[in-house]
Amino acid sequence: MRSSSFFHRRRRKFSSPQGRNQNLHRALRILSVVSPKLMENKGVLMTCPMSSYLEEQLQKRFRLLKLWDSQMKADFLKQNSQLISAVVGNTVLGADSELIDSLPNLEIVSSYSVGLDKIDLVKCKERGIRVTNTPDVLTDDVADLAIGLALATLRKISVADGFLRNGLWKNSDFGLTTKFSGKSVGIIGLGRIGSAIAKRAKAFGCPIGYHSRSRKPNANYKYYSSVIDLAANCQILVVACALTDETRHIVNREVIDALGPKGILINIGRGPHVDEPELVSALVEGRLGGAGLDVYENEPEIPEKLFQLQNVVLLSHVGSDTVETCKAMADLVLANLEAHFLGKPLLTPVV
Amino acid sequence: MASIVLYLNNSAKDITFPLLEDRFQFLNPNTSSDSLFSSLAGTVRILLCVANSPVNSETLDKYPSLECVVGSTTGLNHIDLAECRRRGIRVTNAGDAFADDAADYAVGLLIETLRRISAADRFVRAGSWAVKGQFPLSYKVWGKRVGIAGMGSIGRRISKRLQAFGCSIAYNSRKPKANISFPFYASVQELASNVDILVVCCALTNETRHIINRDVMKALGKEGIIVNIGRGSLIDEKEMVKLLVKGEIGGAGLDVFENEPVVPRELHALDNVVLSPHRGGAVPESLLRLQEIMIANIEAFFANKPLLSEIELESLSWILS
Repeated sequence: MRSSSFFHRRRRKFSSPQGRNQNLHRALRILSVVSPKLMENKGVLMTCPMSSYLEEQLQKRFRLLKLWDSQMKADFLKQNSQLISAVVGNTVLGADSELIDSLPNLEIVSSYSVGLDKIDLVKCKERGIRVTNTPDVLTDDVADLAIGLALATLRKISVADGFLRNGLWKNSDFGLTTKFSGKSVGIIGLGRIGSAIAKRAKAFGCPIGYHSRSRKPNANYKYYSSVIDLAANCQILVVACALTDETRHIVNREVIDALGPKGILINIGRGPHVDEPELVSALVEGRLGGAGLDVYENEPEIPEKLFQLQNVVLLSHVGSDTVETCKAMADLVLANLEAHFLGKPLLTPVV
Repeated sequence: MASIVLYLNNSAKDITFPLLEDRFQFLNPNTSSDSLFSSLAGTVRILLCVANSPVNSETLDKYPSLECVVGSTTGLNHIDLAECRRRGIRVTNAGDAFADDAADYAVGLLIETLRRISAADRFVRAGSWAVKGQFPLSYKVWGKRVGIAGMGSIGRRISKRLQAFGCSIAYNSRKPKANISFPFYASVQELASNVDILVVCCALTNETRHIINRDVMKALGKEGIIVNIGRGSLIDEKEMVKLLVKGEIGGAGLDVFENEPVVPRELHALDNVVLSPHRGGAVPESLLRLQEIMIANIEAFFANKPLLSEIELESLSWILS
């Protein structure tokens, strides 16, 4: 008789973390089979420091050029433009129109990110340049951090940590904080990351609502056709959508007012999703209850007024910055590049 | 006439229970007049123990008619339960008043510790992002193996939450729980050898004092994380500090300490440690729920009905002697 564990194992293959990261496993298989020396004449331009592991591996397998090696970037590009077949960019520096124009032999942009807002996708399409990103491998990290930020903001965990480190517990009590379980959560963007956030929040008994370009037929959560309605009907608003022309400042003054003095905003999307000056004044004036922020409009600049606030948690765009995920992202970038140069199907193509 | 309840607050906490003040007449040794107090001390039948005010033989000797102690906390290590059992005194605790919030807090501490949230927030507020570049990499939460020491109402809630983060759960308890399907380990050390994160949320008793000792922490290993939302003395704090400073365990999220409010200074400098002032359950909603539970216990007592959150002293093997 087959034991129930047999079926359990089969189910696990597709619903386990391993099953979901099929691309990562394909990546690792490609990398283990391809000889590093095969593509050592292929010029790959890395736009900025993003991962020392990735840099090392690119150096081993390709002819790596680092844009930050030179003070005079324009000259550097002119001198090396013919050599460059691939660009590896990230959320800080991608492949904009100017860069693409300067590289006549560019074949592929392999982004060390899931977000594509720093890549001129239209131009890539026009020129037949392939584009890949790193979806799925970072979904869990970003979703984990979104919940971590909500807990940290509501339960003032970071503030309490500072309270103890400054020796204040001896003479005073810390006081009460705000409950998280059961609070209503509104998610802007119910893609991979938004869905992963919803799944976690549900385990805390949080009712979930969402706003998306269109209703998701398989989502068992309440849909709101406007962000303002979503904000008015939730206590924790999470930004988890892609940054496009349409979603720039999707969280504006009206949305912030609808969220209100007891509401908190969590942003793990992109800084420009939120009208930052409006956010700051709402927080300073007490019109918004609090915020957990991983992204800002002009990173690494952060409005200094936020530093005085205890109802705000501030991170430095670390959504997927774990040892485990960074390696997985780097492996995916490498595998996409190698698949391209070997004429194999790309693992995670966008264009 | 309102029922009389002895109100004992010898803790450092300045807590009030307004809903109870409306319903009952409190006899407070610190504030009642001498004559009122001496006339009622001998006949008062029920005691409200505020926070971690000690209730021991000396206390019980002063109030010879006591039949019930109503606790205002989940953990009752400050109450001499063996002595209560010996005298036939019933004891109630806070029931599940703090359970959800304590579970939330444990998960929050876990994420904060692995993902270095407090340290990153300090980094940003110090203006270091623009100057020093990216904050160092932290560690993934998803999919980690979690060991729960103490699978009571808080442990269960923590398990449910962490499963949504892809974590696998295993546990240690005095004995396996009938309706829990997670793998059981008879020893905490064995549990620690098989997990990445150890969450400590069991009751503090004579048996569990320093249950997390050096051997357990070494078994957890260099990348292992401890989260303690139980009681400080569940962990051998001196050993833990040594191991953290030497990098022989990966980090810790601590809401409780052996000698609160004293926190070992060596921990202040560590970014892989999150420190919290025993606030696991401290939200307004849980204090309201606590008062409801205490009112229900006191009213049931006076009505000779079953108490809401009575601790079954008979079943606590560690106090039978």
